[in-house]
Amino acid sequence: MNIALAIILGVVLFSSFLGVFAGTRRKMDLETWTVGGRRFGVILIWLLMAGEIYTTFTFLGASGWAYSRGAPAYYIMIYGTLAYTISFFILPAIWRIGKKHGLHTQPDFFIARYGSRYLGVFVAIIGVLFIIPYLQLQLKGLGLIVTEASNHAIGFNTAIVIAFLLTCLFVFTSGIRGSAWVSIIKDIMMLLSVGIVGFGVPYIYFGGVGNMFQALAAQRPAHLIFPGATANMDVLWVMSTVLLTGAGFFMWPNIFATAFSAKSADTIKRNAVIMPLYQLPILLLLLVGFTALMAIPGLKDGDFAFLSIVNKAYPQWFMGFVGAAGAVTAMVPASILVLFASTLLAKNVYQTGINPRASDQMVVRLSRFMVVVIMAAGLLFAILLPNVLVNLLLIGYNGVSQFCPGVVLGLYWKRIHARAVFAGIITGLSVVAILAFGKHDPFLGLNAGFVALIANFTVTILTAWIFPGPGNRDGRRWPAVARAA
Amino acid sequence: MQKGTKYALGFGAVPFVTLVFSLPFVNRIEPFVLGLPFVLFWIVLWVALTPLALLAAYRCEKKWNAPDEEDGQ
Repeated sequence: MNIALAIILGVVLFSSFLGVFAGTRRKMDLETWTVGGRRFGVILIWLLMAGEIYTTFTFLGASGWAYSRGAPAYYIMIYGTLAYTISFFILPAIWRIGKKHGLHTQPDFFIARYGSRYLGVFVAIIGVLFIIPYLQLQLKGLGLIVTEASNHAIGFNTAIVIAFLLTCLFVFTSGIRGSAWVSIIKDIMMLLSVGIVGFGVPYIYFGGVGNMFQALAAQRPAHLIFPGATANMDVLWVMSTVLLTGAGFFMWPNIFATAFSAKSADTIKRNAVIMPLYQLPILLLLLVGFTALMAIPGLKDGDFAFLSIVNKAYPQWFMGFVGAAGAVTAMVPASILVLFASTLLAKNVYQTGINPRASDQMVVRLSRFMVVVIMAAGLLFAILLPNVLVNLLLIGYNGVSQFCPGVVLGLYWKRIHARAVFAGIITGLSVVAILAFGKHDPFLGLNAGFVALIANFTVTILTAWIFPGPGNRDGRRWPAVARAA
Repeated sequence: MQKGTKYALGFGAVPFVTLVFSLPFVNRIEPFVLGLPFVLFWIVLWVALTPLALLAAYRCEKKWNAPDEEDGQ
């Protein structure tokens, strides 16, 4: 065993035990399992959100995009900032409704607002469909990082099987609290690796960030402004993409539900104020990608830019540290994704759709069981059928963003009803699928998901306007709750 | 809409104006600022300033909106 592998294993084991420890001696009811008993303060909410935001995509993808695409990678810094700004305004309203009605999941919200179980089950199934490819992506990222960092001392399959077992263990015992706690280690290690490499690499190769950019501007000036090295990711694409992903960010069922974990609406607002600062380290990842482009040109896959340059410029033990950081960076989002996919199935497909008389304890038991099933599904896809879910992944963000009209209009507009939301989501998803699979993304320079979201909003509003529905089940009370935001 | 919310929305518009709608006008390399190409500097600057805008929004809501009893700390 080499030193890098020893460090990775040590950190991963320690994190998992911390995750298990976080939930011992707590009675696991539905509240604790999904929303941490609605008692998370600013720090735990920060950890939870940060845990979901910095995934392996950020770790490998941001520098990879800077390496192979150039300027379009800047969008990664922007969309999170927009998402937190939006969350400042809409999440407190969602929190109030969640508190008032005892909601746990995103489909719960749709059911409470629109009084339609069908809509709840539908939203739950769509949510799970988009979560599983992301879960697989995390496992795959983990496998790549760990094999690369340990210099192939451990195989891809072995690495993800171990991660699978440990992640299942701490989700199973601690629910959402386990993920928040493991996130502490993840954040510290990731920020340290990104800081050291991001500041270090431009100095090692060019003597500073300024020099590095001067060199790149002399060599390939087009790389630094939109559309970078791409043919179709120009300013218009960036604008539509950040608007879409900014709006879609909190529509991921797992991120939506963070609103329910907070102990007060005030916690959510204060968190939204500080979160954009967390986007700044992404700049360092961009610097790594740009430096790598000149220092180690010709990589087949840009996603390896970060790992390859660390491997070249740093000692083996540091490679182990980065590998360990990458591993927990995959495990935390994976744990949250699997937790919510299983809760969606147990609560909103089984309890809502099949057996409404199932008790909440029954739902928790079923969720725990589903954690293992869904993780196993992610694992099987990652090992045996790595390319089957690529199409779903391609449309993941564009897909979940289609929940946006149902959520936002639902908060502030009385007339909207379940059928309008159904019509909107189906229209949005169809447009996404047609454009993405027909290779029309970007469409007329715009992000295809953005086009779909516009179509979705239009259909939702027109349907609600032309066919007046039953309105909201909650009568007068609902708008009052939302307006207090 | 309460007065505080109105002002808060004004501050909330800041990142949208600076990080989305002004992008066509800042898509350039020169001048370099703090070693960064101009467009990247612009983005980093406004990402860093957004917390201040949101803090101002937060203060506005606290100052002018009716306190919400459900928000107990």
